[in-house]
Amino acid sequence: MNIGESLRFAWRGVNANKVRSALTMLGVLIGVAAVIVLVGVGNGASQSVTQTLSSLGTNTLTVTPGTATSSGLLGLRRSTETPAVGTGGTLIRPETLTAADAAALSTPGAAPDVTAVAPVVSPAGVVASYSDTSHQLGSMTGSTAGYLGIANDTVSQGRAYTATDVAAHARVVLVGPTAAKALAGGDGSALLGQEIRLNGVTFTVIGILTEKGSVGARDQDDRMIAPLSAVQDHLAGYGDLTSIAIQAADADAVGAAQAQVEAILDARHRTGAASRDFTVTSSASMLSAANSITGTLTVMLGAIAAISLLVGGIGVMNIMLVTVTERTREIGVRKAIGADRTEIIMQFLVEAILLAVFGGLAGVLLGVGLCQIPVAGFRAEVDPASVGIAFGFALAVGLFFGIYPATRAASLRPIEALRYE
Amino acid sequence: MSATETPVIAVEGLRQTYGSGETQVHAVDGVDLVVERGDYVAIMGASGSGKSTMMNILGCLDTPTAGRYLLDGTDVRTLSDREQARIRNRKIGFVFQHFNLIARTSALANVELPLAYAGVPRSERRRRAVDALTLVGLAGRLDHTPAQLSGGQQQRVSIARAIVGEPVLLLADEPTGALDSRSTDEVLDLFDGLAAEGRTLVVITHEDEVAEHAKRVLRMRDGRIEADVRRAPVDAAPPRWRPGAEAS
Repeated sequence: MNIGESLRFAWRGVNANKVRSALTMLGVLIGVAAVIVLVGVGNGASQSVTQTLSSLGTNTLTVTPGTATSSGLLGLRRSTETPAVGTGGTLIRPETLTAADAAALSTPGAAPDVTAVAPVVSPAGVVASYSDTSHQLGSMTGSTAGYLGIANDTVSQGRAYTATDVAAHARVVLVGPTAAKALAGGDGSALLGQEIRLNGVTFTVIGILTEKGSVGARDQDDRMIAPLSAVQDHLAGYGDLTSIAIQAADADAVGAAQAQVEAILDARHRTGAASRDFTVTSSASMLSAANSITGTLTVMLGAIAAISLLVGGIGVMNIMLVTVTERTREIGVRKAIGADRTEIIMQFLVEAILLAVFGGLAGVLLGVGLCQIPVAGFRAEVDPASVGIAFGFALAVGLFFGIYPATRAASLRPIEALRYE
Repeated sequence: MSATETPVIAVEGLRQTYGSGETQVHAVDGVDLVVERGDYVAIMGASGSGKSTMMNILGCLDTPTAGRYLLDGTDVRTLSDREQARIRNRKIGFVFQHFNLIARTSALANVELPLAYAGVPRSERRRRAVDALTLVGLAGRLDHTPAQLSGGQQQRVSIARAIVGEPVLLLADEPTGALDSRSTDEVLDLFDGLAAEGRTLVVITHEDEVAEHAKRVLRMRDGRIEADVRRAPVDAAPPRWRPGAEAS
């Protein structure tokens, strides 16, 4: 007897009780679909984050005040720790970034791997209004003309502001597409050339920024960028900088540039590696951190899904055991008319594998289908490896959980099996 | 019948014991039996007489505790599980009291089953199964499942299944036990026809009506053969044979 014969017997077994077979397959189906979807979601999140971070440029650095453990993450200031003693007995606490810091970084020759430096202020809660509409901005950025180049920002309509505008304290503003739509309706281009008010101060819209998309639920296009001088004059005041944006010569020079920036600021702030009151982050380091987080997330989601696949497999075993009990007489008859152990094992094993394979195939279809639905701003990316692994795992589950019932069927003695009622 | 021809069944000192010590039961207690090729033997006895145990041993479904059993010249006791399965497949055709057809499976597929396990190619398997079903008068019901057939028809399907592999021995266990009188007659006519063709039949029964059809009747009691009556010569037709009756 060959494998084709076993397949035919097994197929009859699957077909004989369609509802039960379908319900058994459902367990495997859900398991496989869950693996594909959850791994897909993890992948999609990872790709979305990578894309967003890449759009910031791979050769940019950002200096923020405080350390990653205090102000960087929690927004707290280290005001009392390690005060540096300045010359002449004056106590200086340079825990904030100043325009002078930015200027020191852009001094020619000071940091050879740094090609551009832009001081940034970001006042929070700025409300923009135009005619009868007002809108609270997601973010307001004031910086120098060089910022646009560092942040990889371009204007899709109108013009960018220039160094002249910054020097002249010109009240001009670049508007992100989301903010433009919110204020002017339509595609927002009607706002170009119009005067809007930011916290009551009149600014002229000279350009619409190119769309950047959103990161998860956060819309990157709900923002405005204006000259540093004008923002300091009217919105933020002449206090600390929110951050300093720095561009390195190229992606390979990011490490060297970071070291130079840290050295210059350490010298100015009289700090060292341990007592630093600022943090330099590069988009490359953020990218690798984000990738490691999303990678862990993907593995975790996959593991959870694998458990449901395992449960599906136990369902297959359960049903196969019921089937073996229910068909004890049939097994006896088959043995009486000449089936040996191997043939009985094959029949029930193939039946279990068929259930798992059909469930697995349906699960692949469902999983891939579900991945096409966009959720929370990004689409799940189907990982071909996860499809292969999930399907292979379903097959293995059928094989593994089919062996016990099949062996039990085969070890029945024919006279006892025939006598079974 | 020539003396050199191997008997289909040759049993010597057959014993089957269950349990041990005080509760030991000798289901078969020293049976010697030779069944020649072409004979039609009925084994009779009340329940507990050991006839079912005999049936299981003769059908290679159970291994005796002691004694020799040559089936068509092969010593069955020394065979492995796999070889026993093969022997059952090639040499024995079973007819059970409760038919034991595979449910939800067509008559044709049921009859093909022994051939499938024997590795017969599909086209030949189909041809031989159709022939066997035609022989038992069910040519028009090839695609019926057991649930769509009457008891008598189901038993005829199981007879077709038993003879399709051309076994040397047809072994029937209470073949009419679950049938009404009309179906019983049909089945017994079929058996007569098969015996008249020269096939070897062993029928286990407790009904005198069934035994009357056999050429030789054995009575068992307490695990021993109590009486052995020959009603017709081995190479003659069975006593109640009505030529042509089986095709009804």
